[in-house]
Amino acid sequence: MHWLCLHLPDLALEVFSRGGAIPRAVPLAVSDGASRRPRIVACNAAAGARGVRPGMEAGAARALAQGLVLRVRDAAAERRALERLAQWAGRFTPRVSPAPPREVLLEVEGSASLFGGVSVLRAQVCAGVARLGHRVHTALAPTPLGASLLARAGEEREAPDLAALRTQLAGLPPALLEMPPEVCTTLEGLGVRSLGECLRLPRAGLARRAAPVLAALDRALGIAPDPRPAFVPPPQFEDRLDLPAEVERADALAFAARRLLGDLAAVLAGRQAGVESLELRLLPRRGAPTAVRIGFAAPTRAPARLAEPVRLRLDTLKLTAPVAALVLRAGRIVPLPPDHAGGWFGTGAPPAAAALLDRLRARLQEDSVQGLGLTEDHRPERAYRTCPPGATVGGTPPPPLRSARPLWLLPRPLPLEARGGRPCYGGTLALAPERERIESGWWDGADAVRDYFVARTPNGMRLWIFRVPGAGGRWFLHGFFE
Amino acid sequence: MDTPSDSSALRIEAPVSGGLEGPRSGGAADRPDVWRGGGFVPPGSQVLATGFRELDARLPGGGWPLGALTEILTPAPGGIGGLAPLLPALARLSRERRWLAWVAPPYAPYAPALAACGVAVNRVLLVRPRSAGDGLWALEQVLGAGACSAALAWPAAAGMNVLRRLQLAAERSGTWGVLFRLLHAAREPSPAVLRLRVEPVPDGIRLHLLKRRGRGAGAPVHLPHPSACG
Repeated sequence: MHWLCLHLPDLALEVFSRGGAIPRAVPLAVSDGASRRPRIVACNAAAGARGVRPGMEAGAARALAQGLVLRVRDAAAERRALERLAQWAGRFTPRVSPAPPREVLLEVEGSASLFGGVSVLRAQVCAGVARLGHRVHTALAPTPLGASLLARAGEEREAPDLAALRTQLAGLPPALLEMPPEVCTTLEGLGVRSLGECLRLPRAGLARRAAPVLAALDRALGIAPDPRPAFVPPPQFEDRLDLPAEVERADALAFAARRLLGDLAAVLAGRQAGVESLELRLLPRRGAPTAVRIGFAAPTRAPARLAEPVRLRLDTLKLTAPVAALVLRAGRIVPLPPDHAGGWFGTGAPPAAAALLDRLRARLQEDSVQGLGLTEDHRPERAYRTCPPGATVGGTPPPPLRSARPLWLLPRPLPLEARGGRPCYGGTLALAPERERIESGWWDGADAVRDYFVARTPNGMRLWIFRVPGAGGRWFLHGFFE
Repeated sequence: MDTPSDSSALRIEAPVSGGLEGPRSGGAADRPDVWRGGGFVPPGSQVLATGFRELDARLPGGGWPLGALTEILTPAPGGIGGLAPLLPALARLSRERRWLAWVAPPYAPYAPALAACGVAVNRVLLVRPRSAGDGLWALEQVLGAGACSAALAWPAAAGMNVLRRLQLAAERSGTWGVLFRLLHAAREPSPAVLRLRVEPVPDGIRLHLLKRRGRGAGAPVHLPHPSACG
């Protein structure tokens, strides 16, 4: 077994600041949210430079740093972030488990060779996590807790076997075990300053005084089992982003939405899946949310393909109230093979065509973009249909037409004026001698008995006109030939 | 300036071989580095045989200019009447996997008639914007995306700047852009590399070449009504 631990030291801050939501230069601190005397649990470098330290009371931190952005720790958001990361990491190994509060563990022994070795895989993971906006420490060890402890120590450590792990752990402080305060006090009372000193204590005594520490060390060193359940991704993707300030401008909304879409893209990449549609809900502080629904011409997970239609739609959206939060919900998630470099072998629309359709649909109305298909009906207006573009793949060659058909058909026949029994359209029409009688449709109640003629206007245009026999002989224009 | 004389003295006798599929005859006249006097085509530009020998003979390079704008000016309102000369070329393009885009057509193109002319209707992409502005935006997208072999458009109105953007989009992607405009647009300047005026005549249409690459106006070409589609 070989475990890679991703330790996110700044996760408590990153759930608020990631993706530029709070700029780096702004001092930011997160408190534990205790009702009476909240204490700082994490702060960024800008706040640290002003003297803010974890453990400090929130009031004191405020006094030290002008313009400090203080947030209450959001454990739910941290858990969601870990789960997203776990889904994303599914691209590297099927065995991933999130380890709250701020770690994700990957069992990489089986898959490392697919990536050209464990160090290549580790480098790819690190780069990917950084792209997703997290600071990360990684460590490799034969046990999951061992990897966690090494990663918490903050250096990029690696223990190839249990003996090496024991040696490396020996030098680390016991605080890395993240034990409850009373256990820490007991260890201090025993005068223990490193995990090595813990291990040198008599087992029976340690078991009596600090049982949780012994249990943890046993698991870390592979003496006791430490099963980690593999993470099972939820079937749906839904994520929420609370905006730091209310937003009215479409470009600012598009910027915020990009972060959610980037997370969705990462999750989809991990699951080797694509999404067919998505819904972005814009929540005002009060009042009804606005929903933006986007359908894609072909399942996709490319960040740009996801983001562009959203940006176009937001551009044309008229907001009734400033937006306080965004909720992104993915539609059906379907399997999509790994990105094949530039090639296109699928049956749907090729990527450039699908991207074009998405752009057009996002800015125009959904029904403004259509394809054409043929149907077998002798009635001219029923011999074709509109359908989603490219829906009729291949298309059987149609039966040859018995006689002339115009290139343009009017949506409904236009009644023509008649002078002395002769139809007119910008002047009296000259009729060709051939008459075509089209009658069909009695079986579905839409009878059509018509005598069609090719007619020519005085300025040379060719028209397709018909007369309903019997009914007073009225003339209708139905199409143009060229 | 937009009514060239019909004099047969202007007729250019150019060797043209084959129809759509036939390879062009070899020889010095076909080498791209041989100057053929007047039939100037910029290097790297592609043409598509029109399917009409008489027309190919008049067009620089011997066909429709791909990766550029073609303007077809018609007398009938709504831009009706200019589609027939394009059909053989459209039929050929529809065998590619790319779209044939129709932006803001006056009516629905009639699928059975297109199919009878050999156009694969499942390649047709109908774009019907609600406003003229959306129409020009959509046309630029369609021309520039590289996902369409041809984009036919019936723009309500288009100024020189807009047309220039469209021409650039077409150059970028290699898409054949065809604009159907009313006759009076002939008086306005245009960056289109080819401008044709359609005149209906009893047994077909007469095409007047108002502007061509490197040649200027030319004598009109008579095209019969296509037999397959009426």
